[in-house]
Amino acid sequence: MTSELDIFVGNTTLIDEEVYRLWLDGYSVSDAVALRVRAGILEQTGATAAVLQSDTMDHYRTFHMLERLLHAPPKLLHQLVFQIPPSRQALLIERYYAFDEAFVREVLGKKLSKGTKKDLDDISAKTGITLKSCRRQFDNFKRVFKVVEEMRGSLADNIQQHFLFSDRLARDYAAIVFFANNRFETAKKKLQYLSFGDFAFCAELMIQNWTLGAVDSQVDDMDMDLDKEFLQDLKELKVLVADKDLLDLHKSLVCTALRGKLGVFSEMEANFKNLSRGLVNVAAKLTHNKDVRDLFVDLVEKFVEPCRSDHWPLGDVRLFLNQYSVTVHSLDGFRHQALWDRYMDTLRGCLLRLYHD
Amino acid sequence: MPGKLKVKIVAGRHLPVMDRASDLTDAFVEVKFGNTTFKTDVYLKSLNPQWNSEWFKFEVDDEDLQDEPLQITVLDHDTYSANDAIGKVYIDIDPLLYSEAATVISGWFPIYDTIHGIRGEINVVVKVDLFNDLNRFRQSSCGVKFFCTTSIPKCYRAVIIHGFVEELVVNEDPEYQWIDRIRTPRASNEARQRLISLMSGELQRKIGLKVLEMRGNAVVGYLQCFDLEGESGLVVRAIGTACTLDKLSSPAAFLPACNSPSKEMKESPLAHPPSHGCRSTHNSPIHTATGSRLTQNFSVSVPTLIYTGMGSGSAGKEGGPFKALLRQQTQSALEQREFPFFTLTAFPPGFLVHVGGVVSARSVKLLDRIHNPDEPETRDAWWAEIRQEIKSHAKALGCHAVVGYSESTSICEEVCILSASGTAAVLNPRFLQDGTVEGCLEQRIEENLPAGCGFCHIPYDELNMPFPAHLTYCYNCRKQKVPDVLFTTIDLPTDATVVGKGCLIQARLCRLKKKAQAEANATAISNLLPFMEYEVHTQLMNKLKLKGMNALFGLRIQITVGENMLMGLASATAVYLAALPMPGGIQIAGKTPSDGSYEQHISHMQKKISDTIAKNKELYEINPPEISEEIIGSPIPEPKQRSRLLRSQSESSDEVTELDLSHGKKDAFVLEIDDTDAMEDVHSLLTDVPPPSGFYSCNTEIMPGINNWTSEIQMFTSVRVIRLSSLNLTNQALNKNFNDLCENLLKSLYFKLRSMIPCCLCHVNFTVSLPEDELIQVTVTAVAITFDKNQALQTTKTHIEKSLQRASTDNEELLQFPLELCSDSLPSHPFPPAKAVTVEKASPMGEGNFRNRSAPPCANSTVGVVKMTPLSFIPGAKITKYLGIINMFFIRETTSLREEGGVSGFLHAFIAEVFAMVRAHVAALGGNAVVSYIMKQCVFMENPNKNQAQCLINVSGDAVIFVRESELEVISTQQPTANCQQSCAGGEVTT
Repeated sequence: MTSELDIFVGNTTLIDEEVYRLWLDGYSVSDAVALRVRAGILEQTGATAAVLQSDTMDHYRTFHMLERLLHAPPKLLHQLVFQIPPSRQALLIERYYAFDEAFVREVLGKKLSKGTKKDLDDISAKTGITLKSCRRQFDNFKRVFKVVEEMRGSLADNIQQHFLFSDRLARDYAAIVFFANNRFETAKKKLQYLSFGDFAFCAELMIQNWTLGAVDSQVDDMDMDLDKEFLQDLKELKVLVADKDLLDLHKSLVCTALRGKLGVFSEMEANFKNLSRGLVNVAAKLTHNKDVRDLFVDLVEKFVEPCRSDHWPLGDVRLFLNQYSVTVHSLDGFRHQALWDRYMDTLRGCLLRLYHD
Repeated sequence: MPGKLKVKIVAGRHLPVMDRASDLTDAFVEVKFGNTTFKTDVYLKSLNPQWNSEWFKFEVDDEDLQDEPLQITVLDHDTYSANDAIGKVYIDIDPLLYSEAATVISGWFPIYDTIHGIRGEINVVVKVDLFNDLNRFRQSSCGVKFFCTTSIPKCYRAVIIHGFVEELVVNEDPEYQWIDRIRTPRASNEARQRLISLMSGELQRKIGLKVLEMRGNAVVGYLQCFDLEGESGLVVRAIGTACTLDKLSSPAAFLPACNSPSKEMKESPLAHPPSHGCRSTHNSPIHTATGSRLTQNFSVSVPTLIYTGMGSGSAGKEGGPFKALLRQQTQSALEQREFPFFTLTAFPPGFLVHVGGVVSARSVKLLDRIHNPDEPETRDAWWAEIRQEIKSHAKALGCHAVVGYSESTSICEEVCILSASGTAAVLNPRFLQDGTVEGCLEQRIEENLPAGCGFCHIPYDELNMPFPAHLTYCYNCRKQKVPDVLFTTIDLPTDATVVGKGCLIQARLCRLKKKAQAEANATAISNLLPFMEYEVHTQLMNKLKLKGMNALFGLRIQITVGENMLMGLASATAVYLAALPMPGGIQIAGKTPSDGSYEQHISHMQKKISDTIAKNKELYEINPPEISEEIIGSPIPEPKQRSRLLRSQSESSDEVTELDLSHGKKDAFVLEIDDTDAMEDVHSLLTDVPPPSGFYSCNTEIMPGINNWTSEIQMFTSVRVIRLSSLNLTNQALNKNFNDLCENLLKSLYFKLRSMIPCCLCHVNFTVSLPEDELIQVTVTAVAITFDKNQALQTTKTHIEKSLQRASTDNEELLQFPLELCSDSLPSHPFPPAKAVTVEKASPMGEGNFRNRSAPPCANSTVGVVKMTPLSFIPGAKITKYLGIINMFFIRETTSLREEGGVSGFLHAFIAEVFAMVRAHVAALGGNAVVSYIMKQCVFMENPNKNQAQCLINVSGDAVIFVRESELEVISTQQPTANCQQSCAGGEVTT
């Protein structure tokens, strides 16, 4: 006796969150059944393995049918075939587009191209995430990217509108899209200690302050591309380290203000010029695409690592960065105050976030 | 020109890409009604076209309005080649034809293609202007309301229940016409869908005419079925109960009458007994020749074998009486048409006086090509004959009417089994208009019958019993005789007193049959049938005893015929009726008592059985009040009720009755284990596992003993097909496979729905078919309803007392739920007031209340929620309006089965699509639920080698508007229509 056909269709589509997770994680039906058995479901419910198998198959089939709709979430809301309560629809979408930290760290900042897709095998092997799940996550990134890439308006809002994500998820995707578009390097060994959250935080600050959208809300791609003009202007900041007087003045102002307040004062005093050079040079180099990509590498190399090796506490870093950017306003010879603020406010936020073990 | 149909095509969305080059579609729409067709403009390059057409107007006869469906076809314009069809929408405009139902059909309909399934949606508005020039001799029956619900619909009152109406129409099946060889599958499917749609329209109109003739205005319990007879044609037949219904306008005023139906004649439902002119003419030659009755209120007709084409010897033999019958029928054609049958399963209070037992009749026919579609006489005669048989069975049980009546067929190649069954009953003569009722009835009518047991009292003469039954005085009133068990096809009457809870029981049976042709095949089948009936009955009885219960409600026995086997599946809800005696245990008797080890084995089994009975009694809370024997004062000598079921050696049907009588003097229920078969049976008895804790199941409207439903419901359909290993199949192996199939299916359901615990599966409806040699298909439709556990745990008794108390004190409270109280079949717990009160008052902290509030219908969702349920009501809600009948037929075919996920993927998607189309139609009518939903047919055929599959599905139900009880206080006037339509129309979003 073999089951040729075995289906269950409810007027309200049944969604089993547990099975959904297994499906999203890319397990085959038999693996999912084994995992469910291991979770002790048979004991809890008194069901047989055959029942579990049939149930799992059924859910998988439903998810498979829903997948097409999940690719364009508004369709899920307006379709008539599956009657799903709104809270469940939201759950389906949110979970479908959720991603693994390990995975996103592997592809963050990479071009979402066929080439990267070919590397998914390696990523799967490295992270232990099933290839199927990697593909889904990669395709999700790419899909969202494609939809919003040439749109006007806020990136996160666009994503939210077209994919019906929660706030949190929409902002994460905005970061992913932003990183993919600007191809920031995140995979270097020295950046391994950074989490996706760290990058997403930085992305948000950069989108807010450094993109076209920060100055003009009526252009295409406004949140995706960095403001080229702004990057060009950043060259002007070079004077802060090129002009020796200005640099010395800057240093003495910062030291005066921080004397006695900083645990690592002497280290700061000794390193000031190096750090300042580092930060200003990063700005000046941003005219080249290659250097834009290496932004995070540079920040870590030029600022985070030196401070860390001198064991600066985070509080001291904060005090220093505040003072460092504020005192520039007292430099009479420096005329690019607005530019400096636009650069430094964001950078300071990023650096504080990046500064940890 | 009595009607003007107006159609407007507004927009489309989610259309498929028809032009690969541009990834877009140039869509336009054809609107067709009858022979008139209109077209919209082509909306270029869009998947979300906005046609916003003018009003297309069709001026048509109301006859056509009833028969024809509105046909909307969406096409992709192609300049150089033929336009490609995207899909179609058929809209039944019948609901617009009577004033009380819907006034407009407006909403998004899925665009359906028989090859590709749903392909986007289209927004349509349909209106009808009816001109009121009423021609006396008209052929239409506009205005007659149809209900699938098998009780008086909730917001109506039955003024008169006229009785049985039936009709059938036949036609050639387009699939088997010569043209089918040259046309595409799509064209063929569409021709079929359209034809069936036309035929059902015609059928409904004809039934409506009959109702008007009877001076009724509605059909309740309308059941329409298709017989796909293959080569020989397509039959659409319907039965129903004609009524005169009154809309309850101010329900509160009506309430008192409801509570005391017997006091005021005018307010009470009346029944027209059909005239009984024909009953004297033949003491049914068929009946005496071949009929026989088995034990226990269970009248079975041995199928009468009649061939349409006379020829073989046996046909000649049996054709005689049939011919005679036919002659009689034509003589008294008028009277013949009226049968005292009612398709209702629940009744207004006081309507049902006594219940005799189940009557059923089957007959095996050989199909022959229908030569003249306009004269469907052969099929008519077949059914007339079966109905006649049912009627005479009922008479033998001392009953003048049959309630809970239904008809069905099973077809395999050219053989067809026609079945009819119902419950013989005596209806209250005080409600009958003319006094020409049989004498047997009058003597049975008591004054002041105590509530809750009257219907159990035997309607037949004690001294002249139609079958051997064991009578006692009623355990409730002690005045009248009752049988020891009662089988019925109806729902549990609302006033019945039940002890504990009920449960679903099933008898399952397979019998192998040799493959044969034509007459030989029919003979083989008709020879097998009585044995199957008998065994099904035995199983039911055994299982009933094992549950410690004494009555079956909602009994439905389905016999399915296949190439090489017959399947029997009986489902019913077992309960313990307080009026009936406590069932005796089951005793096992070995045939060779000398053998020691055998003896031991027997006693072991005996113990197991006794344990199971004890366990079941506990599980279902069956603890009837003890009654000492003296009080009963039974004239029947044996204190314990016994009945005897035979594993009769000579199962010649004629003898069964005699045999039964001769063995009637033993205590308890004896199972004689005389061969391995019997052993198997006992084992299979014990292998039925009860549902996991927190689950109950029944096949009636609701579960006796549970009355605190929450609003959480989930209707579902589950289909399974198994392939039997073909080698050396024996009856036993087959039985086991079938048994496992059903049990596993139930287990899967319990598992799937575990989040709804505590929960009851209601209206569990199993259908078996044998699509191919080695395939068995089981389809189940049911609804799972969560109930409030705290209240459920209260014992019935205290509940009764409480509710009675409350009912007497809280009269004002009751007025808030007047409709529910009037409606007969609602939570058929014996005490409807209890429900209203508990919902409102009991346990303010209760979960039920909480849940009701926490889960309001979601207003912000763009697609309105449409509930579907096979029940006639929606728990925790009140139906405020019936919008019309939903009766839809779909065909889906694929030539890329593997690509669509195999047979499971294909059927899963199709059923989901069918649900979607039903919901869309209901929403377009302005409704938010379908009640009395039923999937009448799900015919699935596959050809994996060719990568093909085809499925036909027929569903029906009543579209309604309901309002949550919790919202009822807030909304004084009904506005859901407006709300719903808003949400439907507003569901448009640019993507």
